[in-house]
Amino acid sequence: MKIGVLVKQVPDTATKIVLTANGRGIEEGNVKWVMNPYDEYAVEAALRLQGPLSAEVVVFSLGPARAVETLRMALAMGCDRAVRIHAETPLDAFATGNALAVAIAASGCELVFGGKQAVDDDAGQVLQIVAEVLHWPVVSVANQLHVHAGNDGITVHRPAAGGVTEVVELGFPAVIGCDKGLNTPRYPSLPGIMKAKQKPLTEQQSRDLLGGVSPHVVLQQFSLPPDRPAGRKITGDPENVAQQLVDWLHNEIKVI
Amino acid sequence: MGNDIVVVCEGDAGRLKKYSLELVAKAAEMATALDATVRAVAVGKGLAEALQVVGPYGVTRATAIDAPGLTGHYNSDAATAALSTWLQQVQPMAVLSSTSAHGRDYLPRVATRLKTGFISDAIALTVTDGRLVARRPIYAGKALVDCVVTGSPQMIGIRPNVFGLPAATGGVATVETVTVEIAPPRETIREVVAAAQRVVDLTEAEIIVSGGRAMGSSDNFRYIRDLADALGGTVGASRAAVDAGYIPHAHQVGQTGKTVNPTLYVACGISGAIQHLAGMRTARHIVAINKDADAPIFARADFGIVGDLFTILPILTEKIRKVRSA
Repeated sequence: MKIGVLVKQVPDTATKIVLTANGRGIEEGNVKWVMNPYDEYAVEAALRLQGPLSAEVVVFSLGPARAVETLRMALAMGCDRAVRIHAETPLDAFATGNALAVAIAASGCELVFGGKQAVDDDAGQVLQIVAEVLHWPVVSVANQLHVHAGNDGITVHRPAAGGVTEVVELGFPAVIGCDKGLNTPRYPSLPGIMKAKQKPLTEQQSRDLLGGVSPHVVLQQFSLPPDRPAGRKITGDPENVAQQLVDWLHNEIKVI
Repeated sequence: MGNDIVVVCEGDAGRLKKYSLELVAKAAEMATALDATVRAVAVGKGLAEALQVVGPYGVTRATAIDAPGLTGHYNSDAATAALSTWLQQVQPMAVLSSTSAHGRDYLPRVATRLKTGFISDAIALTVTDGRLVARRPIYAGKALVDCVVTGSPQMIGIRPNVFGLPAATGGVATVETVTVEIAPPRETIREVVAAAQRVVDLTEAEIIVSGGRAMGSSDNFRYIRDLADALGGTVGASRAAVDAGYIPHAHQVGQTGKTVNPTLYVACGISGAIQHLAGMRTARHIVAINKDADAPIFARADFGIVGDLFTILPILTEKIRKVRSA
């Protein structure tokens, strides 16, 4: 069996976002790029099945040349080979999902993991689009999973509103979105990092994969949210500061 | 393509969600600028009667979509197939929906079947040149982007509870039930497990009391729970507190947790890392209690107390109980 993992390179979550002068994007000069945190759970989920299913794990990323760093990271964690899909211009979720789906179909993968969303655009759509293009079922968010004895399907826990958990069973092929809590991602070992340099990393062009499919969402203008004015800050006798806060909650903002 | 705006509503236990009604009212308000007619729909069993409530908010035509395979429980495959089949018949100009947990799951699938684009988690909607412009947060709210769907229909998902509910008028809705044929779902819902204890979804909570690493232990989170109980609120946490194992990830607020939008957010022993601030910056009122007077959280707080949590929280909890029971 082959297992696919979808990863994206994103700004580290500690990044302060600065917009470009024309407001059409963000300044990338001082950004530290990392693997999308949710994708780490996806890589780990695939690697835990690598042995039991005798699976080859193929990691895919659509992005610019620097996305190679993230693919090497996944290889260092233990993935077997990597595919980077080069996009000359940023693509929307629809085109990204279409390009990835075509590459996945060509690879022969039957189970695909990805992070439940990327923490840059926070859209949470690509996995569902990949699944639809492939005509596969998908669970877009999972925080527990196990493969059935006989390796003919998978049971996952899908968190829903209000603390509810839906226990979902799927056959293969399938796409699974990974959430924090699913597992504890490993760190790449030093030998792993050395080995990653020798592992195959191929490149494909998004326009070849897309065959005329074009984006359907256009980003017009970026902006920054307004800053909050600083409020009051008090200190002193606990009884007294607690009373001042209660008075404020009760008399000024009236939430109690 | 018609000139319908379809609003996809959600229901629970035979009642329409308040955020769906807010979206219906918002669509009705924008319909004139788009020269459009608004239709409300709901997918699933037993929602036809619930849809009656859209009438007083300016929408007179509603459809309950039923299909073999739809049950009382959400099924991603069945919901995707039922809604996309119906939308292919209706050919609306726009489809508005809520990016609830279920909405986020299946609406991108519906858009793909319709070969169009979907904008998820918008927090504002306007109309420019006859097209919907959606504003959505990116980087967990550190930035915003205005975007449009160039495909047809224009499909936009709105974050729940961002629009208020206007006063109801006297309208009456006619609700039809339509049954569509769909392929049998490939996913089987084996079980739906309710939360072990009462868990209000953080993303819908009006009041949140959060604890950080300074709480020191899971046992000490009782101070947070007590204050949350006294306020009638929900318990949240910083990533540091979750990673330290004090509380499960479901409570995490911030860039790899939940983005919240409460009326009151009380941050206790949370320094205010940029990832955490991103997740709670839109709270209407922010209170911070922290020993470190230089903690970044104070720059965002409307009301800050510099002091010892373990002394202040019990006193505060007691005083709030008294005020609320008075």
